Amino acid sequence: MADLATYLLTGLGLVFFIAGTVGLVRFPDQFSRLHALTKGDNLGLGFIALGVAFQAESWAQLAMLALIWVLALLAAGTVAQLVARAALTEQDKP
Amino acid sequence: MSVALDITLCALVLGVGWATVAGHGVFRAVIFFITYGLLLAIVWARLGAYDVALAEAAISAGLTGVLLLAAHGRLRRLNASQEVPLHLNLPAAVVAVGIAAGLGWAWFALPAPTAPDLSQALPQSGVGNPVTAVLLNFRAWDTLLESVILLAALLGLWMLARDHAWDKPLGLPYHARPGGVLASFGRVLPPIGLIFGVYLVWAGADTTGGAFQGGTVLAAVCLVTIMAGVLHAPRVEQAAWRAALVLGPGVFVLSGIAGAVFAQGFLALPPALAKPAIVTIEAALTVSIAVTLVLLVIGPPDEGEQDA
Amino acid sequence: MSLTLFALTGAALVGLGVYGLLARPHMLRRIIAFNLIGSGLFLFFGAAAARGTGLDPIPQALIITGIVVALSASALAVGLVVALARSSGTAYLPDEEGRL
Repeated sequence: MADLATYLLTGLGLVFFIAGTVGLVRFPDQFSRLHALTKGDNLGLGFIALGVAFQAESWAQLAMLALIWVLALLAAGTVAQLVARAALTEQDKP
Repeated sequence: MSVALDITLCALVLGVGWATVAGHGVFRAVIFFITYGLLLAIVWARLGAYDVALAEAAISAGLTGVLLLAAHGRLRRLNASQEVPLHLNLPAAVVAVGIAAGLGWAWFALPAPTAPDLSQALPQSGVGNPVTAVLLNFRAWDTLLESVILLAALLGLWMLARDHAWDKPLGLPYHARPGGVLASFGRVLPPIGLIFGVYLVWAGADTTGGAFQGGTVLAAVCLVTIMAGVLHAPRVEQAAWRAALVLGPGVFVLSGIAGAVFAQGFLALPPALAKPAIVTIEAALTVSIAVTLVLLVIGPPDEGEQDA
Repeated sequence: MSLTLFALTGAALVGLGVYGLLARPHMLRRIIAFNLIGSGLFLFFGAAAARGTGLDPIPQALIITGIVVALSASALAVGLVVALARSSGTAYLPDEEGRL
């Protein structure tokens, strides 16, 4: 039962990762690419963390998984903002 | 199943490694190199070398990545990041293939090594993680000299500073928008990162972790706070930072001398005192490693390119 | 099986790094190539160490030492490249630029 949940959720996570990657490759400008990347990958990572959580042996491992996901979200969100701002100033320059 | 995973991993590592060498543009090479380091960390985890995996991810991918990205930015502002068109260099390719083939041949020609049996010695070392036991007890010489190498590299880097920049803060001036995302990230991350770095050092005695991995995490936290404008970059003549640089090697040498006077020889730790001695050395070493890595990455004192 | 795979990957990475070091004259790319050689050798060494009886911690400790030394060498090299670019306006060595 737990294995099935892991398969389903990590599979779903991979779908989001693929969607994010397709967006990164196909979308026309930096902002929509960033949007695809951060939205798709953060959701994908969330599903994968949730799927792996079904394999955890203790509450401590669950807490670590949650911490990893939150830190990745925080870093990805910050970096996306910074890249977008850099792209914006680049756009305004010429 | 696991062989399929390993084949995929190796193909990815080789593909990304190829892209760092063959891809067009320096910036692309830097980005691919960071990805390469992260993939390689997974390979180390597959080999069961978790301490190496942590070091690879934190130092090779993380800090080297920051270093190269910053260097690319500097070169771009100096108009030196452009690259002449690349073409195949046949003699170089022949040499490279020859060396790779020689190494491949060596793999099949080498006899399987026999690992020394540490099960007798490990209980004497004072720690449960064999890698930490090797780094700080059995082969402490290597680690002592390594901490001196870090210091020597930093001195070499500082020699590249221009005279009039000597009393300026280290590295380029950083501009972060006050109240912006980076500034708040620089305030949210340090508490978590500090706990995690110290945990890695402490846990390194018995499980995965250690002074180098923990020190790198602390260095990364410090770099983020400096880049976010929360903490000001230090100056060369600030005594506290200088003291932090030599604390680790200093404590290490003192413990070595104590070993020579009171125990069997230089850097020898008597089993009864091994654990507290290792924890003390590791704590001091972590501070020095973290500070040295930060200063290595932000570079010599500089005031930018207004005169260039 | 997997160990051989990792070792051969390491050997190939050393080859890639050597090619980059010889054929890519931009100094920043040479630093990256130098790191590629280093990590390829570490991988080869790590795989060779894992081939024996059980996991040998001594090569692992040496590899961690090596990774840190590679970073400090890279930092010094980056400092030199920036100093070169500042004084000459290019990240190429003088004789290489003429040849291209």
